Parts: sequence; C-alpha cells; structure tokens
Amino acid sequence: MSERAAAARRVLGSWDVIMLIALVVVSAVGALTIDGVASPRFWRFVVLEALPIALIALPMTLVVITGEIDLSVASVLGLTCTVMGHLWASGVTSLPVLIAVSLLLGALLGAVNGLFVTGFGLPSLAVTIGTLALYRGLAYVVLGDRAVADYPTAWTTSAIAPIPGTTIPWMILVLAALAVVFAVVLHATPVGRGLYAMGNNAEAARFAGIDVRLTKFWLFVATGAMSALAGVFWTLRFASARADNGSGLELAVVAAVLLGGVSIFGGRGALLGVLAAVALLGVLRNALQLAYVPANTLTVITGALLIASVVGPNVAGMLRERLRRRRSTAPTVSPIS
Amino acid sequence: MRAGTTRVRLVAMTVLAALSLATAACAEDSTGGAAGGPGEAGGMKSGLKIAFLPKQVNNPYFTTSDNGGKAAVEEFKGSYSETGPSEASPSAQVSYINTLSQQNTDVIVVSANDKDAICGALNEARQAGAKVVTFDSDTNPTCRDLFINQATAEGIAANQVKLISDAVGPEGGEIAILSATANATNQNAWIELMKTELAKPEYAKLKLVDTVYGDDQDQKSFTETQALLAKHPNLKGIISPTTVGVAAAARYLSGSTYKGKVQLTGLGTPNQMRAYVKDGTVKAFALWNPADLGYLAAYAGGALASGLITGKEGDKFTAGKLGEYTVGKDGTVLLGDPYTFDASNVDKFDF
Repeated sequence: MSERAAAARRVLGSWDVIMLIALVVVSAVGALTIDGVASPRFWRFVVLEALPIALIALPMTLVVITGEIDLSVASVLGLTCTVMGHLWASGVTSLPVLIAVSLLLGALLGAVNGLFVTGFGLPSLAVTIGTLALYRGLAYVVLGDRAVADYPTAWTTSAIAPIPGTTIPWMILVLAALAVVFAVVLHATPVGRGLYAMGNNAEAARFAGIDVRLTKFWLFVATGAMSALAGVFWTLRFASARADNGSGLELAVVAAVLLGGVSIFGGRGALLGVLAAVALLGVLRNALQLAYVPANTLTVITGALLIASVVGPNVAGMLRERLRRRRSTAPTVSPIS
Repeated sequence: MRAGTTRVRLVAMTVLAALSLATAACAEDSTGGAAGGPGEAGGMKSGLKIAFLPKQVNNPYFTTSDNGGKAAVEEFKGSYSETGPSEASPSAQVSYINTLSQQNTDVIVVSANDKDAICGALNEARQAGAKVVTFDSDTNPTCRDLFINQATAEGIAANQVKLISDAVGPEGGEIAILSATANATNQNAWIELMKTELAKPEYAKLKLVDTVYGDDQDQKSFTETQALLAKHPNLKGIISPTTVGVAAAARYLSGSTYKGKVQLTGLGTPNQMRAYVKDGTVKAFALWNPADLGYLAAYAGGALASGLITGKEGDKFTAGKLGEYTVGKDGTVLLGDPYTFDASNVDKFDF
C-alpha cells in the first residue's frame, strides 16, 4: 500500500517534470532549427506575451484544484482596463491610485463570483460563464467603442522595461515573487492541503474542519485581484484600454492550467507544472510563428496539446483505478506491473 | 508499468514537438531569401523581404489585397509572405509583428486592429530596421512610415450617403448603419463623416435612426439586420460599409418580404454582391479595388526599403501598372476615389 502510494506520488509529481523537460526540449530544438529562437529578443517577446496568462494562472491553479473554475478572468481583465482608462481620462493621474483602484475592483468582481458560488451554492462554471458576459458587457458600458490610449510614455515604457543588462522584462520578477507566495500557500501550508482535500471530497474536507466556503470565497477574490493586475499590465503594455482587451484569454489560462497537470475534477496538480506549461505554450507558439507556421495550424497544435494533456492523465488515472479495483476484488491475482 | 507509461508519454510528447518544429523548419527554408543589391528598373532593390500582416487571415477581402501585394512583390523580385492571427485581435497582431521583426523582414505591410495597441511593437520593429506601411486601417502616424489610404474617409462617406439617397428616392425616410466591430478605426471615422454628410440640406429627408454592429461576422451581421428591421418598421435604407456586413444584409433582404422595399448599399465586393444586384435587392454599392490597394502598399514599401523615398510629404514613387503616386500629408498615399458598382458594370470585375 505504502509502496503504491509512493509510486502514485512519483507519477503525479512527474507531470511537472514532463512539462519542464518538454519546455527545455522544445526550446533547445527550436533554438537549433529555427532562426531567431536563440536570440534574447525572442525570450523578451515570449515573456511579454506569457506574463498576463501566468499572473492569472497562479490563482486559477488553486481554484481548479478545489474543483471549481473561474471563466470570468478575461472579462475582469477587460473591465479593469476600461475602468482604469476611464479614470485616467477623467483626471486621475496617480499611477499608484490607479493600480490600487484596479486591484480593489478586481477583488470586488471576484468576490461577486465567490458569493454566488459559495453563498448560493451555485456551480462555478455556470456563475462565471454568466459573469464572463456580464463583466465584458460592463466594460462596453464604461468605454463603449472608445479606446483610452494617451498614457504617459514613462508608464508604458516602464511597464515593459527590461531588467538592466538583459532583455527580459522586469515584470517577471513580480511574477516570480507572486509565484513563490502562491506556491508556499499551496504546497507548504495547512490551507494548501485543505485545497487538495476539498478538491478530492468537499464533504470530507468540511468534516475535517476546513471552512470550504470561506476558503473558496477568498480564492475567487484572489483570482479577481490577479486578473486585475494582469489588466493593469495589459493596459500599459499595449498603451490602450479598450472594452475588448484580453477577450478569449480565459481559454489560454485554462489551457495552461490543464496542460500543467491540474485535474479539471480537482484535487490534483502543482504550480510548477502550470508555470512550465504557460512557458511551453508561449515558446511553442512563438517558435512556430517564427518558423512561418500559419495561424490555423498553430490553433490546431495548441488544441491537440490540450486534448492530450486532459486525456493523458485521465487515461493513466483510469488504468490505475482499474488496477486497484482488480487488486482489491481479487487480491490473489498478481498485479501486471 | 506506471513508470513505463510516463516514459512513453514523455517520448511521445518530445517526438511530437520535435516533429512539428522540424516540419516548420523545412517550410522556412523554402521561403527564405536574402536582400540583394539594387537591380530592377527604377532603383528598386531586389530580394526585399516583404510581409503582409492583415487584420486576420482567412478573410476574403485581405486575401484579395494580399494577393495584389504578392503580384507587386513578384514584379520587383522581392520575397513575399503573408502571416497573421486567425482572429482580429490587436494583441495577437502584436505577437506577429514581433515575429516578423525577428525574421529581419524588410517591410511590414499591416492593417491595424487597434491604432494604439500595436504601436509599441511596430516601433520596436522599425528600430530593428523594418519599414512599416499600413493599409486599410491606419495606426498612429508616429508608428509607421506610410499609410496607403484606400479612399478618403470623406470620399467614402459622401459616396455611401449619395448611394442610399439615390436608392431610397426623393421622399427619403429612416435609414440605419450596419457596421463591423464597435471599435474599428475606419468604420467609426466613416460613420462620423456620414453623420456630417447627412446634415447637409440635400439629405434633409434622410434620418439616421440606428447603428448596429455585426462584428464582421456573417451570422451576427445577418441577425443584426433581422433585428434592425423588426425594431424599425419604417426603415427605408441600410448602409453597411463593410464587405461582410453588406453581403449578410443583402442575403437576408433578398430572402425576405423587405426585398426591394428596404434599400441597401455599402462597401462590398463584386463577387459577393453580384447576385443581389441582379435580383434587385441592391441597386448600387461601392468599393475600391483591394488588389490595387495591396499592390500599391507593396510598391510603397519596396520604395521605402530601397531608399527611393523616406515617406515625407511630396515624395514621389512609381507603383508598377498603377503609375506614379505622391506622398501626401501625414505620410499618407491615396489610392483614389471609391468605385461604384451597379448592374451595368458588376460583371466586369472578378474579386
């Protein structure tokens, strides 16, 4: 039994390693075969593109581990962009104030999701599909078809400024710091263990003394705030606040989280794998683009990877389950492996 | 067994990734080309790498314009490529601009999904040595070298209002606009100018009652037209200054009881609109020739990259079969006046 548990842990843990190895292999193969992948500028562009996805993927990982999902993240991002743009256009010229208001707004929007899911016990899939449309609609109410684009150049250049001496944007340090915080919470605290527990069996988790509702509520708040942070970055990076900012980004985030080995049914997954998956998707996309692969083919490849990532672990899980059942019903039959 | 599955999966993934990268690398070899010295007549360099980046790929309008560009690039012996996102989003376009810049493209010919959002990326590409020509939909003038204007916004607005006025007749009545997306730069400029045009005394009997957005999607444009007619029973005419919108609206009208009663005009292509002109749904519509637009943009880019022009006002260059063009104010080059298609000439065109 303990041997099997250890083996299971090894298999589960190794998905992160698979992702990391895939990232290294794709990067290495790309660098050797495609002109430009080895250049520092390539990595700058990959980081810029992957940053908003990674920022949102951090809390999303935790949410999905508890068995919930938040599909409204891109709309929270879009609404934050428009509110920030509107405030700037109406005379709020302090960046710290704009950032603070944006984060608060994001937290509030997340709290609305959290309230519906935990307070009224509604499925998060349904709730956040609703707020996906609602928040995006509100974004159009705020700015309509206008775009606010006249931010100070100092803001827009500093948002994408590189770490001195490199080409890598400094915002990656912010991401790294936040990743450490989320990783510690998930992997090294009772709260984190509680998240896995409620993902596996919410009922049991509640009997074990975990406040499932309150924890999930705060997770949605955190997701909202992180989406808002991504929104601030988005606005400054593109120097443009528009109601359709980041539309469709929720799929990129969910794709990265699932490819990163987080089970869509909850209870399983790790942050390392998710971050590796964000990077892998970014590198693959950009490398294939550099290699003149058309957009349609790229979409097909990304889709295929996603299917593989969902099907792979589940098929493995099913095989494990079948093996276990066979063992428990017929203990005399020796296991195949 | 378990460790085995993991290993198999790992190997499979690696092979998959390597395979897709390898095929991609092969594709690259066939399209590469180094910029050579000056060769062709008119001082145009040969071997220039010229890339077309439309708002989105798989859009017939841009396919036509980009093919025009391809013809031009082949004439001056450059290396043509077309790339772009499958959905018309600014952030996706930025990613492609970055890619083109890394590929050391000499000229990026782009139709902007957002006049501001792609600016940073375009300027970064220009710093890396690329010339940027916008066509169809412009960026801020500070982010590109030239804008190839298909027609002045004033010219289009005047043309569209004139066409709907002629179609509706002297009694006038309520009209509406079916646009593309709510934040398309060119659409909004045209709509504003149409409003100015409608304020003129000769159009006093035309009343603009609504503007709806079909997002340049066929299905959405179709249902928006349907909703528009339900909402405004007295509607006499629709202007749809977008190729996707006008075709969808025409398809709806031609199959409904409104056919011939509610007039329709817009910017459309002859191939899409031919049937509706013939069945009486549409009397006349307008457009420029997108192939000529792409052709001119390619020549302008080639002239920039060859150092023949710098993009300042008064610069002159020759665009193959189209003849000589002069750069106007704010680095714009005007293709010409909008062209009106009706039953008498629609068969002469094929695009």
